[in-house]
Amino acid sequence: MALNDVSLDVKAGELFGLIGPDGAGKSTLMRILMSLILPDSGEVWLDGLDVKSEYKKVRHITGYMPGRFSLYPDLTIEENMQFFATVFGTTVEANYDLVKDIYAQIEPFKKRRAGKLSGGMKQKLALSCAMIHKPKVLILDEPTTGVDAVSRKEFWEMLKRLRNQGITILVSTPYMDEASLCDRIALIQQGEVFSVDTPAQMAAGFPEDLWEITSPVIYKTTPLLEKMPLQMSVNSFGQSLHLVTPKGRVKPEEIRAFLQQNGETDFDVKRIQATIEDVFMHFMLNAKKESV
Amino acid sequence: MNREKVISVKNMVKKFGDFVANNDLTFDVYKGEIFGFLGANGAGKTTAIRILCGLSTPTSGEMKVAGFDIYRETEKIKKNIGYMSQKFSLYEDLTVNENIRFYGGIYGIPVAERKKRAAGMLENLGLTPYANSKIGSLPLGWKQKLAFSIAILHNPDIVFLDEPTGGVDPVTRRQFWNLIYKAVEKGITVFVTTHYMDEAEYCDRISIMNEGKIAVLDTPANLKKQFNAANMDEVFLRIAR
Repeated sequence: MALNDVSLDVKAGELFGLIGPDGAGKSTLMRILMSLILPDSGEVWLDGLDVKSEYKKVRHITGYMPGRFSLYPDLTIEENMQFFATVFGTTVEANYDLVKDIYAQIEPFKKRRAGKLSGGMKQKLALSCAMIHKPKVLILDEPTTGVDAVSRKEFWEMLKRLRNQGITILVSTPYMDEASLCDRIALIQQGEVFSVDTPAQMAAGFPEDLWEITSPVIYKTTPLLEKMPLQMSVNSFGQSLHLVTPKGRVKPEEIRAFLQQNGETDFDVKRIQATIEDVFMHFMLNAKKESV
Repeated sequence: MNREKVISVKNMVKKFGDFVANNDLTFDVYKGEIFGFLGANGAGKTTAIRILCGLSTPTSGEMKVAGFDIYRETEKIKKNIGYMSQKFSLYEDLTVNENIRFYGGIYGIPVAERKKRAAGMLENLGLTPYANSKIGSLPLGWKQKLAFSIAILHNPDIVFLDEPTGGVDPVTRRQFWNLIYKAVEKGITVFVTTHYMDEAEYCDRISIMNEGKIAVLDTPANLKKQFNAANMDEVFLRIAR
């Protein structure tokens, strides 16, 4: 079952994120919204249009960027843009203002074939092509996967600008730091939406205690903490570790004492607020435990 | 310290027409280290990796991989390295076992030995029940873990990983890095590219490429100190922007 009884509302003008692991059903949901596949049951509306019976209208008001690069590799940047504009009965010039911010960055290479572009440039071109008919709604399936940290930042700045112009954006991502840039997000796992909220609310709702632990010997500290009584999970976060313990059950002195007793020195234990990545991992690990 | 070099690169240049993809790269990678090869899209990372794997010939420069010359001994290089490409490299229409048989055959692993290694590998990954499932039916995270395990099935000196965790969920990403650490314990040198800056912290040393050149090369700790940055994300943004 790819999607199981999903109910979800996205408000006009919202930047809404679908967050979930590979295979959770994010792409399927987007393909249904785009009327590319039909749901077995349920109703789906997009800007007041029934995606089943009014799919032709739906396609005119939406811009879609599929997960896989789907432009014409043998056409140049310029030719791809012209193609998509023509299909929608408009011209690149007519809507140039809308795509200018993004398109200007790749325009110097407009004679280059799309297949020869780097990952970040391909994504910029795909977004430009999805925007060229001035859609009301943008549906972007993992637009930044494989894109470098600098280009990702630029890409999200562009999304925010588009949102500020009144365009509704539904975007999926595996990058947790991007989840926190959305107005609201939905966490999806195994075809079910399990939580919808603002990123701040979702992070604040982390149900357990969370600790950041730094140590000069993190590779030793990890297996050690995994043996600590009451620990729920230990995960590396760059240069530090995040330890989860049941709410109100473990005091920082107890963690320090445990590390000291096991020969650790020069470590630091600090209570921290959860990030979306903590929330997501907690939810995934617990979902796994329940399904076993 | 006199450490054994498994990759040595001197003045590597690769041109495509007028375009210089790799502009005079010089660096060494030591045995048993995790070497992070970072850079913006289009900086020339994949081009350099393809050269080091013997898949593409450089325009000029001197390079040795696993002790073999990059111009004259590419076939020997290929036998002594593992490569997991950016684009998924297993056969979607073959089962897990068929893929293992295929790669085992290519690398000339004796049948009995291959069966033993494959059984151990699937056991470790928890994928024994899926041995006869088609690769195409498995989640991306599982595929990536399998692709990595198959890339080191022949116990290579070095494994090249080109964005192995792109698009993978945060739990699976961490499991993937545990596999990398296990490979290092076995003595395999890991050469990895990633766009996740928390993963850059897990490398012993990293280089950051910009417009075909290596802008910096050091340990994550030294780079953060040098750029007075709190994390690798900041370091990267300063260099690549």
